Amino acid sequence: MDGSQLLQLVASGLVTGSIYALVALGFTVIFKSTDAINFAQGEWVMAGGMIGAFLHASFGLAPLLLLPVCAAAVALIGLVSERLAIHPLKAPTPMLLTLITIAVAITTRAAITLVLGKAPAGLPSFSGSENVAVFGATLPPQALWVFGITLLVMIGTHYFFQRSLLGRAMRAAAADREAAGLVGINVSRMAMWSFVIAAAIGAVAGLIITPLTLTSVNAGLMLGFKGFSAAMLGGLGNLHGALLGGLVLGLLESLSAGLLSSQFKDAVAFVVLLVVLFLRPAGLLGRASTERA
Amino acid sequence: MAEPDPSRGARRSYAALGVVWALLLLFPLAAPNNFVLNLGISWFISLALAGSLNLLMGYAGQISLSHAAFYGLGAYASGVLSAKFGVSPWLGLCAAIALTAAAAFLIGWPSLKLRGHYLAMATLGFNVIMSVLFVELRGLTGGPNGLVGVPSLSLFGWEIGADIRFYLFAWVVVGLMMLLILNLLHSRMGRALRALSTSELAAKANGIDVHAVKLGVFVLSAVMAGIAGFLYVHLNNFASPENFDFVASVMLLVVVALGGTGTYWGPFLGALLHVVLPEALRAFSDFEILVYGISLVLVLLFFPGGLSGAVARLGRLVGRGGGR
Repeated sequence: MDGSQLLQLVASGLVTGSIYALVALGFTVIFKSTDAINFAQGEWVMAGGMIGAFLHASFGLAPLLLLPVCAAAVALIGLVSERLAIHPLKAPTPMLLTLITIAVAITTRAAITLVLGKAPAGLPSFSGSENVAVFGATLPPQALWVFGITLLVMIGTHYFFQRSLLGRAMRAAAADREAAGLVGINVSRMAMWSFVIAAAIGAVAGLIITPLTLTSVNAGLMLGFKGFSAAMLGGLGNLHGALLGGLVLGLLESLSAGLLSSQFKDAVAFVVLLVVLFLRPAGLLGRASTERA
Repeated sequence: MAEPDPSRGARRSYAALGVVWALLLLFPLAAPNNFVLNLGISWFISLALAGSLNLLMGYAGQISLSHAAFYGLGAYASGVLSAKFGVSPWLGLCAAIALTAAAAFLIGWPSLKLRGHYLAMATLGFNVIMSVLFVELRGLTGGPNGLVGVPSLSLFGWEIGADIRFYLFAWVVVGLMMLLILNLLHSRMGRALRALSTSELAAKANGIDVHAVKLGVFVLSAVMAGIAGFLYVHLNNFASPENFDFVASVMLLVVVALGGTGTYWGPFLGALLHVVLPEALRAFSDFEILVYGISLVLVLLFFPGGLSGAVARLGRLVGRGGGR
């Protein structure tokens, strides 16, 4: 194994890791506002890719134009899911919410299968087809799009939660529901927005990875649970943790596949992940307060 | 939940379990053929899985995403030992129990010290690792094609094949498990569980070792899943990795929720669904899966207590109507 091969592994690990980071970000947004693990997150990622591929194949929509369209479409799926399946709950508990998101995931996947079919779907790269050399590693151009868009989404989300009125209201509702209610924040509306935002982020992740890996209705499951793992690794409920967790998980997988064994890459990645979790229970970036003993 | 006289409630539960279990003895007489009889056996295995997961999820309030992995560990432990090494399945059972207990202890010890979804994460990771091992340790497990040639059980020279004899064997084994769960719920440990699911702080203040109780329940529930795996593998003479993956674990969560989390009788109903659903889902068209997903949402929305909650509510309604 020479230096350039190692670099290649790192680069491809960072590409997968970026996607994991975006999926983890979606988990984090919903976890913060509801304390539930959202099993539908992976399905939204799949939906983004599938809808994008369909729109491109049928109407020839340019991949970059697909970004806002797919994000909006899947955000609508998130909105409808929250209003129909989560909002009517009289006594929501994290356990019940988590179980409902399993049902929402099954429903979403079945609906997408019915409308768009089971065949794998692909998209062309957002630009060019010539591989580019970056620091000695050779990357498809789409990889650069993945890095760029992931970075933009991360920065955008950060500013949204730090600066915008809605973002700050959502943070307030996540921190203390009652106090937020007292200062006039509609807490249940904030939960709705978290579903909308998480779904839109998921759609973006699904759309930008499709040119590299293709997608199919069954792709969501794997991406969903990798994203959840990344979110836990970084510290569930922490936006920067989602980014770091995603990148670390992507690197772990890529390096263990390249250096140890491709058959056991998932096992190796998850063993490391468990060890990290047990040593740093709040995740890589989580503070002790997230343990809430 | 709040029994006016706990000992009376306990006696009633034991009596009900006795009646249900006695009635189950009649099922083979009513079963028209071996296929239906085998559904009965599958129900026993599903009940062992749902009942043990419910103990953890419903009473201790912990989400586990690796129940299927423990189920698989039990199945493969006994299956591999007997099929590849000629070890007696009864020794295989001991190995299955020891392995699942050890694995659950190793995963549970660190993750149960933390609240929230850490058990979910750790068990998810464990399930993924086990799935990879089931598939990739081809020499031992037969890989993705599954483990074949697992011998049937035999007791005192009697072979316990997939017929009435296996039904009776499962009747005894799972009956003992359900009795154990009932005993546990009415014991000091059961009261501790109920206390800690209401408030961990208050439970601690009353001298309950919260971590030890949770860990005990987690290990016990994993061992029960392992024993269910032992039953499964010697019933079918076969084990296949996809029965024990992460999706299977999520499915078990759904089954417990549909039956009614935290109620003793919920898993009895949930197990019925567990026997019917996977068969049905495999044959389901996409449209039917959509309907299934939507009905799942509706059940959870309107009957958060699951089917057993719905039945209880119906019973109260009927009772009130009759009283007038």
